[in-house]
Amino acid sequence: MIIQDGIPTKEDLAAVMPSAERLAKGPVAITECFQNIACNPCTKACVKHAISMEPDMNATPKVDTDVCNGCGACIARCPGLAIFVVDMTYSEKTALVKIPFEFIPVPEEGKLVCGLNRAGEEQGWFRVVKVVSGGKKNMTYVISLEVPKELAMEVRNIRVGGYRNG
Amino acid sequence: MIRDVEVMVIGGGPAGLCAAQAAASAGTHVLLCERDYVPGGQLVKQTHKFFGSERQYAGDRGIFIGKKLVQEVMEDPNIEVLTEATVLGMYEDGIVTVLKDEKHLKFRPKKTIVATGAAEKFLTFPNNDLPGIYGAGAVQTLMNVAGVKPAERVVMVGAGNIGLIVSYQLLQAGVNVVSLVEAAPKIGGFLVHAAKLRRAGVPIRTGYTVKEAYGNGKLEGVVICQLDEKWQQIPGTEEDIPCDTLCLAVGLTPLSELCWQAGCHMEFIRELSGHVPITDENLMTSVDGLYAAGDVSGIEEASSAMVEGRLAGYAVAVSLGYDVEKSQAEADAARAELKELRSGPMGGKIRAGLEKVAQKRGDAV
Amino acid sequence: MRIEKHPILDFDRGEKVTFTFNGQPVEGYTSETIAAALHAAGIRELGHSQQLHRPRGLFCAIGNCSSCFMTVDGEPNVRVCVTRVKDGMVVEEQEGKGVVHP
Repeated sequence: MIIQDGIPTKEDLAAVMPSAERLAKGPVAITECFQNIACNPCTKACVKHAISMEPDMNATPKVDTDVCNGCGACIARCPGLAIFVVDMTYSEKTALVKIPFEFIPVPEEGKLVCGLNRAGEEQGWFRVVKVVSGGKKNMTYVISLEVPKELAMEVRNIRVGGYRNG
Repeated sequence: MIRDVEVMVIGGGPAGLCAAQAAASAGTHVLLCERDYVPGGQLVKQTHKFFGSERQYAGDRGIFIGKKLVQEVMEDPNIEVLTEATVLGMYEDGIVTVLKDEKHLKFRPKKTIVATGAAEKFLTFPNNDLPGIYGAGAVQTLMNVAGVKPAERVVMVGAGNIGLIVSYQLLQAGVNVVSLVEAAPKIGGFLVHAAKLRRAGVPIRTGYTVKEAYGNGKLEGVVICQLDEKWQQIPGTEEDIPCDTLCLAVGLTPLSELCWQAGCHMEFIRELSGHVPITDENLMTSVDGLYAAGDVSGIEEASSAMVEGRLAGYAVAVSLGYDVEKSQAEADAARAELKELRSGPMGGKIRAGLEKVAQKRGDAV
Repeated sequence: MRIEKHPILDFDRGEKVTFTFNGQPVEGYTSETIAAALHAAGIRELGHSQQLHRPRGLFCAIGNCSSCFMTVDGEPNVRVCVTRVKDGMVVEEQEGKGVVHP
């Protein structure tokens, strides 16, 4: 259980998972935020107002998946680094996963990195498709990884260092 | 020589900076005393992004919030900042004494806001005095303020926000965090912090404590063991973890000595993590004109400390008759913000503590 | 060891200076505390306790706890966690309460 070991359960994840129909349509944000804490920057991050909290900022965020286009602007804005974007339509066999990253060295586009799951376990080597800097003030990078579709809901982090040429 | 001061703020952390800023914005003249070389308090080492809402700078990193507040306070013509100035005494006749440049200065403030913050708690186990055993905040200071890599292999004790955040920051500095142990059966800090630590591969062991530390002249390792539901160590569950550093993140306790000295009505309130001055809705203590804001009146997040500082600052402005209508409205707004910040499940402890404060205040009246 | 590259922070350390620790030269920087400079040089034992002479290290790093008392330029009980390094400073491990020279 996440409250004991920091790893969300299948049930935790099911509650925030977009529908299979929505995932089949293209990129969408997934908020892996399971606790009622006083925090709301994600609701301000989205220009389309796809993320809401009711009745107040102590609620967990809710993504309107009809409005969300998976742009990922919310990823680096979440103070808890708990938002990811998954695009299941990236290619026939692969999905794109966008991950917040705050370590050095920052992997470069085209390199292969070791992907980790929510328990920090290695999931394989995946290609870095895109690297977006959060800028001078935010400083959180968003790294897009191409992963096999069956690992799209597993890969959530990148092992720091040891990046390989793709 | 005794110098008269309108408002004295003691402590230049998040609460003190916001208190000074609020009081000064209403027109009062503020003297802020900070014992360190620079104001900013613990904000200067908070590399993570703050939670809360826009009004508490949510989404900004603590260091940048600190820099912004310090710059605004330093440039404010109504605020005089004394650094390397340690407040030593608060006397019954209202005199406050300050040590600055090896001189003993005396001030007579009309109003005083104590914002002295908190100190880290310690933990009892054999060999807990070995060099290499630190408060988690100390390690955070070494790596984020001084830029010194404090260790190679760290065991962290405590899964509250400080333990979780400092562990993550150790990883960012390239330090190996081999284990995080927490005596309680549950993670006490924000689960999003726990999740990002866990997916970086740091094991979080709830229901475990440090049985003992060992090493010849310096820390070489710790033995951890499991606790039963009555918090007793379970024999046979010991594990030896070699490490060069043990960080204790087992809570903070208010630095309320000055409030004791001033003769404030003090009470031990467990939910507020120690002895705290009993304050009213304006954060005024039982001593007329003496206010307490931030961790000194109960341990909470830095976001709340900033809002408490703002509340005390505006309340002082009202009591001195400065821009009364607007200051009153700002104080009310700060109270509403605090209420919202504390209204969720994570605010349960502080709400219970503040209820006790209200009760003790009622008993005394 | 000093952190040269950090994902969030840049460090402005000030000017390089030299001080001595138990007679040995140690490099430090003017914006660093004595404790930080000693840690950067791998020195964590700062003194010894009064009765059992157990080694003492840094604990709080913000001037609260008195675990880091050292003798600096002959003055005992200096909190080295909140005292900055100066060129030519003489820093010594402290035994117990230290000795005050009149």
